[in-house]
Amino acid sequence: MTSETNKILTTDGIPLEESLKKAERKNKIKAFLLVCPLLLFLIITYVFPIGEMFTRSIDDKMITNMLPNTFKSMESWDGQDMPEEEVFKSFYIDFKTLVEKKEHGKLGQRLNKEKNGFTTILKKLFRQIQRNKIDENGSFKEQITSLHKRFNNVEYWRAIKRTAPPYTMAKYLKGMDLFIDENGSIAQVEEDRRIHRILWLRTLEIAFFVTVFCFLMGYPIAHLLATLPMKYSNLLMICVLLPFWTSLLVRTASWMILLQQQGIVNDFFVMIGLVSDDNRPEMMYNKVGTYVAMTQILLPFMVLPLYSVMKTISPSLMRAGKSLGGTPFVAFWKVYFPLTIPGIGAGCLLVFILAIGYYITPALVGGASGTLISNQIAYHMKTTLDWSFASAMGLMLLTGVLVVYWIYNKLVGVDNIKLG
Amino acid sequence: MALPKYTETRYRVWHYFYIGICTFVFFFLIAPLFVIFPLSFNAEEFLVFSDGMKRLDPDAFSLRWYQDMIYGTKNPWGLAAKNSFIIAIFATLGSVILGTVAALGLSSRHMPYKGLIMATLISPMIVPLIISGVAIFFFIAKVGLAATHLGIVIAHIILGTPFVVITVTATLSGFDHSVTRAAASLGSNPVNTFMKITLPLILPGVISGGLFAFVTSFDEVVVVLFLAGLDNTTIPIQMWTGLREQLSPTILAVATCLIVLSVLILVSAELLRRRSERLRGINR
Repeated sequence: MTSETNKILTTDGIPLEESLKKAERKNKIKAFLLVCPLLLFLIITYVFPIGEMFTRSIDDKMITNMLPNTFKSMESWDGQDMPEEEVFKSFYIDFKTLVEKKEHGKLGQRLNKEKNGFTTILKKLFRQIQRNKIDENGSFKEQITSLHKRFNNVEYWRAIKRTAPPYTMAKYLKGMDLFIDENGSIAQVEEDRRIHRILWLRTLEIAFFVTVFCFLMGYPIAHLLATLPMKYSNLLMICVLLPFWTSLLVRTASWMILLQQQGIVNDFFVMIGLVSDDNRPEMMYNKVGTYVAMTQILLPFMVLPLYSVMKTISPSLMRAGKSLGGTPFVAFWKVYFPLTIPGIGAGCLLVFILAIGYYITPALVGGASGTLISNQIAYHMKTTLDWSFASAMGLMLLTGVLVVYWIYNKLVGVDNIKLG
Repeated sequence: MALPKYTETRYRVWHYFYIGICTFVFFFLIAPLFVIFPLSFNAEEFLVFSDGMKRLDPDAFSLRWYQDMIYGTKNPWGLAAKNSFIIAIFATLGSVILGTVAALGLSSRHMPYKGLIMATLISPMIVPLIISGVAIFFFIAKVGLAATHLGIVIAHIILGTPFVVITVTATLSGFDHSVTRAAASLGSNPVNTFMKITLPLILPGVISGGLFAFVTSFDEVVVVLFLAGLDNTTIPIQMWTGLREQLSPTILAVATCLIVLSVLILVSAELLRRRSERLRGINR
């Protein structure tokens, strides 16, 4: 039999296989068209801007555009001895253009970041140009180097050469308290200025411990909710769901009231004689407050995935474990616990990711120790307006989250995150 | 949970220990919310229970902070509440429409690159809020919508759609597609089929996704702090400013109103969930 005779035809005379493929393609396009509006919307308003954060964080084109001639003539300079006359000439030309555009101040600021002392000497050069003191027919090298001894220092010219590439990793290094020193190698900033590393560690520490506390508190109640008869568990579920639906700021406010020095928690401690009335401990504006408030706020995100997994575990499994000779503890550890691992993974991932990007609650109840990396990002976005640095730190945080997500995916497998 | 009579002592002890822990955790979860309620009726300006309140003296309670919330001078709450509701309603509508349509496509078995697209669509939920805030701010600023209601609505649609996508896809997973085919074979066009057949069946999922989107928008502070100007102040922004500067009882009055609102939302979400489970034939 040849395949020719074997082909089944539809009523239109088209082979069935082809007709099916066509229908399939049509369905594919239909499904895709339905997703399209949201996908396009998110790509334009969300995915691209995250990409823009990246270009913004490494962008250093401003200075490249300010000194085009200088960088071009510097290409042939090896950076060992003082540069040639040509470099000085093109630097003079570039600088004069900037003076005409009144942008020389920006150049001074940018170069000063690279090496201290540029502002002064550039101001000197600026005054000379304003007074037309520079003879454009004479040697630029002699005239410029005689203005200030720093112009005679090769270090300063090397600093200019370092700013030539249109991209820089400086913002990322700054986020890790590193910088590029005079020799172009990576060095640590002075010890008393290493603030970012502390913030990263603190953010990680708080996110980690909040996740652990949420797990320790969430596991028992999820288990209770999943094993109790429906009519009781529905009632208790309200205790989990009501905080879940309540505004984050409301819950933070209530912790601020509870934890203050004259607050109810302290009243209680005094009443049971744990502390004396005139020696009430400070529970807010330190880490205790942050841990307590964040654990309560994020606990529902741990309980709900755990509950939805535990609900599917048949109670007969535990009974079988016990009837096969396991003590209740062994049966729990060997049978029940392994089955809840997907729930544990989902809950911990959710809580950890939410905690690592948190800053509202720590900022309100954490005091000086409540500054986390997110605060720093918000601070640079709103106050210093160093958007490229904020972007760099944001992307570093995002990378961290993606790594956690990837590890989770390797260990547990990405399950659908259930929302109760 | 009564224990059988033959339970050994150590398991008995462990059981009561376990019940004790659970009681403590439930208390820990729910008690903070109930502190706000009585204190918002405090006649005095301090945020502690006065002696009068402990004696349940009627003079120690008053509605003055509620009056201050509504009629107070230079009062920001009215404007904030209006803005919050307008923004949340439009953000919810946007999220629900975009999210439901996308979920319909996603749950089709013909959908190509399903995993990748799903990951993109729910990414605003996974990415830490502060990063979303920075990215969305760059977009909104570039198109010139900073400090407008529309800008904030767009931001909240981005943050709200993942919830709608997740809840509606979950509802559609138990959806019997033969009913839409039946409708089509009886001559209904796709739009008509969707409105008359599919939508009524998945409505509980759509509404509960919408509730999530509403709450996300209504409670959102991180992104709004970047985007809002003086005219777009919302309730969370006012709460944030108030909590940072000085914790006043007026904030507690607002907080009480918000708790009442969340009770209403919780009840409707719960009713919807049960209805949806009944419709999908999940019995317990």
